[in-house]
Amino acid sequence: MAIFISWFVYFFLLFRFSFAVFEDQVGKFDWRQQYIGKVRFAYFDTQSQASKKLLLATEQNVVASLNSRTGDLFWRQVDKTGPEGQIDTLLFHGQDAVVIAGNGRLLRSWESNIGGLNWEMVLDTGSFQAAALIGVQDVVKYVAVLKKAAISLHYLSSGHQKWVENLPDSDTIQYQSVYSAGGTEVLVLGVVPHSHLTIIAFNIEDGEIMDQRSVDAPWLSSLQPSCAVVGPGSLVCVDAVTASLYVLSLNKEDRAAMQQITLQALGLEVAPGFQPTVLSTQPNPARPASSQWFLQLDLDHYILLQLTGGLISPLRDFKPAFLVSFATSGEKTVAAVLAPKNETSCSVSLFSADSGRRLLDTTVIVHLDPNGGMPEKLYVQAFLKKDDSVGYRVLVQTEDHTLTFLQQPGRVVWSREEALADVVTMEMVDLPLTGTQAELEGEFGKKADGLLHMVLKRLSSQLILLQAWLGHLWKLFYDARKPRSLVKNEVTIETLARDEFNLQKMMVMVTASGKLFGIDSKSGTVLWKHYLRNVQANAAFKLMVQRTTAHFPHPPQCTLLIKDKETGLTNLHVFNPIFGKKSHISPPVLARPVLQTLLLPLMDQDYSKVLLLIDSEYKVTAFPSTKNVLQQLQETASSIFFFLVDSSQGRLSGFRLRKDLSTELIWEVVIPPEVQRIVAVKGKRANEHVHSQGRVMGDRSVLYKYLNPNLLAVVTESTDTHQERSFVGVFLIDGVTGRIIHEAVQRKARGPIHLIHSENWVVYVYWNAKFRRNEFSVLELFEGMELYNSTVFSSLDRPHLPQVLQQSYIFPSSIRTMEATLTEKGITSRHLLVGLPSGAVLSLPKMFLDPRRPEVVSEQSREENLIPYAPEMPIRTEWYINYNQSVSRVRGIYTAPSGLESTCLVVAYGLDIYQTRVYPSKQFDVLKDDYDYVLISSVLFGLFFATMISKRLAQVKLLNRAWR
Amino acid sequence: MRKGGIKEKGKGGTCLGEEEEMGHSQTRGRKRDMEEKSEGGACLGSKNEWAADGMDTEAAGFSVPLEHSFEIDDVPRFRMRGSVQLRGGREHAASLWQSPLTEEDRSMLKAVAAVDGLYRIRVPRVSVQTDRQAERQMDGYLTAFLPACSMVESHLSDVITLHTDVTGYLIGVSIVTIPGTCRGAEVEEEVDLEAFNTTLSFMGPVTAPAPETALYIERMEHEMEKKAKNPQEQKSFFAKYWYLILGGAVFLMATSSTQSPPGGGREQS
Repeated sequence: MAIFISWFVYFFLLFRFSFAVFEDQVGKFDWRQQYIGKVRFAYFDTQSQASKKLLLATEQNVVASLNSRTGDLFWRQVDKTGPEGQIDTLLFHGQDAVVIAGNGRLLRSWESNIGGLNWEMVLDTGSFQAAALIGVQDVVKYVAVLKKAAISLHYLSSGHQKWVENLPDSDTIQYQSVYSAGGTEVLVLGVVPHSHLTIIAFNIEDGEIMDQRSVDAPWLSSLQPSCAVVGPGSLVCVDAVTASLYVLSLNKEDRAAMQQITLQALGLEVAPGFQPTVLSTQPNPARPASSQWFLQLDLDHYILLQLTGGLISPLRDFKPAFLVSFATSGEKTVAAVLAPKNETSCSVSLFSADSGRRLLDTTVIVHLDPNGGMPEKLYVQAFLKKDDSVGYRVLVQTEDHTLTFLQQPGRVVWSREEALADVVTMEMVDLPLTGTQAELEGEFGKKADGLLHMVLKRLSSQLILLQAWLGHLWKLFYDARKPRSLVKNEVTIETLARDEFNLQKMMVMVTASGKLFGIDSKSGTVLWKHYLRNVQANAAFKLMVQRTTAHFPHPPQCTLLIKDKETGLTNLHVFNPIFGKKSHISPPVLARPVLQTLLLPLMDQDYSKVLLLIDSEYKVTAFPSTKNVLQQLQETASSIFFFLVDSSQGRLSGFRLRKDLSTELIWEVVIPPEVQRIVAVKGKRANEHVHSQGRVMGDRSVLYKYLNPNLLAVVTESTDTHQERSFVGVFLIDGVTGRIIHEAVQRKARGPIHLIHSENWVVYVYWNAKFRRNEFSVLELFEGMELYNSTVFSSLDRPHLPQVLQQSYIFPSSIRTMEATLTEKGITSRHLLVGLPSGAVLSLPKMFLDPRRPEVVSEQSREENLIPYAPEMPIRTEWYINYNQSVSRVRGIYTAPSGLESTCLVVAYGLDIYQTRVYPSKQFDVLKDDYDYVLISSVLFGLFFATMISKRLAQVKLLNRAWR
Repeated sequence: MRKGGIKEKGKGGTCLGEEEEMGHSQTRGRKRDMEEKSEGGACLGSKNEWAADGMDTEAAGFSVPLEHSFEIDDVPRFRMRGSVQLRGGREHAASLWQSPLTEEDRSMLKAVAAVDGLYRIRVPRVSVQTDRQAERQMDGYLTAFLPACSMVESHLSDVITLHTDVTGYLIGVSIVTIPGTCRGAEVEEEVDLEAFNTTLSFMGPVTAPAPETALYIERMEHEMEKKAKNPQEQKSFFAKYWYLILGGAVFLMATSSTQSPPGGGREQS
């Protein structure tokens, strides 16, 4: 019987929890954008003119191929994060993209057309120094990999090692460069800083040392970036101290010492404090390097020089010039120079490398986005036109990680916002009302100026509404005549308006590079972007919505807190989230590091929420700090509490605001950091609503939830990492009184911990060190069968501790991130959205994580719809909300309520961005797409007429009866 | 949760009135002197506890000072309220000795309550594990607070909980009163605010449950066994109710399918 019932329960569950999308719904409510990150290496396919391939390797450890006509991805290979997967170098030849990754650990070759792996080799340990393609008799055959103590040569076709040789005296000599001119030998260049230079020639065939010599170079500290091989066999170095160029012949026969040429003799001068660099090019690895090279003497000063027969002659001086690059097409080598033109644009020009002459009609204008950064890298693709002149396209990477591909004379072919590969935090903001709606709203907002005025205003607004309606009709009529394909629903910043159910919102995304984006959630179009120039690389961000769009005519307002992690100094960027414009409101200047922020529900007269910033001297700064705000703060000061966490000392402390905006310490909890360290502190989301105060039990009594809005979940990890003794501690602490509500220890557990804290429950995921598996644990808090004070919750007046229930489950996958769904009123049941390493986002019903799941099924638990306890949590593929649209390296999931109670908007971000909607309790408040309106209305009308007729008939019958 | 609460009324009269500013070890010494002096006197309530320990308190336990502060200007100035006597063992047996409020303190507390001030307590960061006497003291205190008015209106009946971590260090202290509200009720100074009525308890971490696989497997095996024992019954059960299952399935399919049966036309007639 019990089995049958449990089967029956599962049978129904199967029906309840099918959330998968239908085939025809794919892409209807969701979109995904794939990114690659900041580019480190880029190559154009120069094999054929028609090739559209662009090969890139990025700081996000991604190797990718882009379509150079459209900017779309051909393929992408994502390696591990961190130094393990870091791409040391990318070499490209023919169809093969050779990648060395993980500090010289792996040598891989990717097929550049389809992104398949040709071969992979695990290299010997040793830190990576350099790599080069080696050609023999005009054919590139080998890859040379130079490590700290060895050099190895591999076949390009199979990856097999041809030979490996140890380098002599590798503990004193730093080998830094490898070069081959296509002859019979490979040159390895090493340096002993401030002493001498070592050149070793290896035989390509067997790795035998053919020649070894040292040259005195007491001025030289490192080969990169001040030295380069130029021409058939000369090493050119530049030194700032002696203000000289040094030329050394690498030929075996030529045993001459370094030839010094002072820069003064060439009429050149190094800018003070600048480390000059030499930039050369080797168009074909099987041929010698070109004799022309660039010398950089200042940030914006480059010189093109030529080395012929030991003589250096300047060809052309470029000043100002931001970036230079060589490009080769066929036999022609050209130099591209990016120079500033005016405030808002730069120009790229092409020069013949042989003569330094400017090529005619080769200027490309690069318009600089005022909300973007300066150009940082320049890659040039040169090609020969039909008339044998050189044409070219350029790929420009700017400081804000934007890739722009330009064509002559300055047309942007495509651009990619690669900053979005590293989203740090985001918010969703409601879109504003349309002009007409706003007009109506505005009427109520204004103050009355007499009866006549009001009547006139009403009439005028009605007229405007009429006009808008007519305009709308006209547009419908006009569009109807056009073929359907031409009618585009493009989203622009002008046409932005809130839809009926508030399903379309503005996604404000903050990226690690300091660039802010406003993205339309429906289509994924970037509507605005803003680059913050002075953001440090390691800054921490916090984004807050101070004023929503609900307060017309006041514009919505977002505040971004940018904190420098080293100095702790903070500045605020206040902007309008719909248009991205910086607000004219000047934020307070913060002289001291900010420890904590608090967004109060208090509003000033302009409806912007008050933000409190607590600095390192425990003084509070209010923003905005108008008189009205200060007065409100004085009135409510005694009920404003905040907490600080110092994880290095394990100290949690609570403070209360005083009337003069200073603070006083009121409680302190210290968790000794010698035993366990705090890894996460999480409160509840401020915009969360809980609809039901309790749970109805099987016997119709109510178990009330403990809904403390001030509750903090603090998670610690033990410092002892031994698998038997390690533990994870969970503390539930009231943020106002500092009272520890609950304290639990998960034995034999380790991080990484993921945590969700919502309503009356906390869910955390940990690694079970003993059984080597991931486990979920859920804590639920209940007040009991009756509420202490049902009207209002005060942390100061809740003397009884809640009942805490806890249960744990095994989860069959590891987890990258976790978030709970959120809906408008909190009626819809909750789901957990779990980002898995596979790229899937799993929607896990909270019902499965319920500590009241019974071990033995009883009548009451069945009544309550509790699922019998099973230690393992299932993963069903139909729970994947992103079907096959994997989100690489998902780092965060953001949820926002929509205007429909059933619908929750979800954005998963990582390397990719994926946006969709989820319906945790199905679409109970929406009619289906294929709802039969005709049927229901015909039934209605039919019933109506039937009533009419039968009424008439009844009347006739009554009349007849009366006559009888 | 390990609770070792001892409810106790400090009937101790005024015998400790003047020694507010002392460190705890000193207090202990002095206190014992006092007891000896005032044998059978006003400190009887607390004396019982001490007498139970006898002279071996040094070996088996130690005491932790409990200090409190309530000031009109809200700048904390902690004074001795009492001391928590800890005894060894896993159950953290503890007793609380505290002096009643002086007349001055009582009026002060009422005054603080009137201006909505705070009543704070603090304990030093120590280890309650008696075998770690040497390393038990750490610098700093753990503090907690309460609105002074709720202290007054509850007639000094409070619940103090000392929280420990896995190794037995005190990590937090909390104080609540029952009832906890401030209604502005009238309180008679002499009668209601004389002695503390304190419940002291310890709270250590509970062990969070791990996934219960053993029980589940046992249950499954049990069910399997049952199934193996009487397969006929099982079969007959399905045979008996197959129409119900089929009916349920058909019903579900009918409700979940989007197309309604073409019955609308007939309803009109």
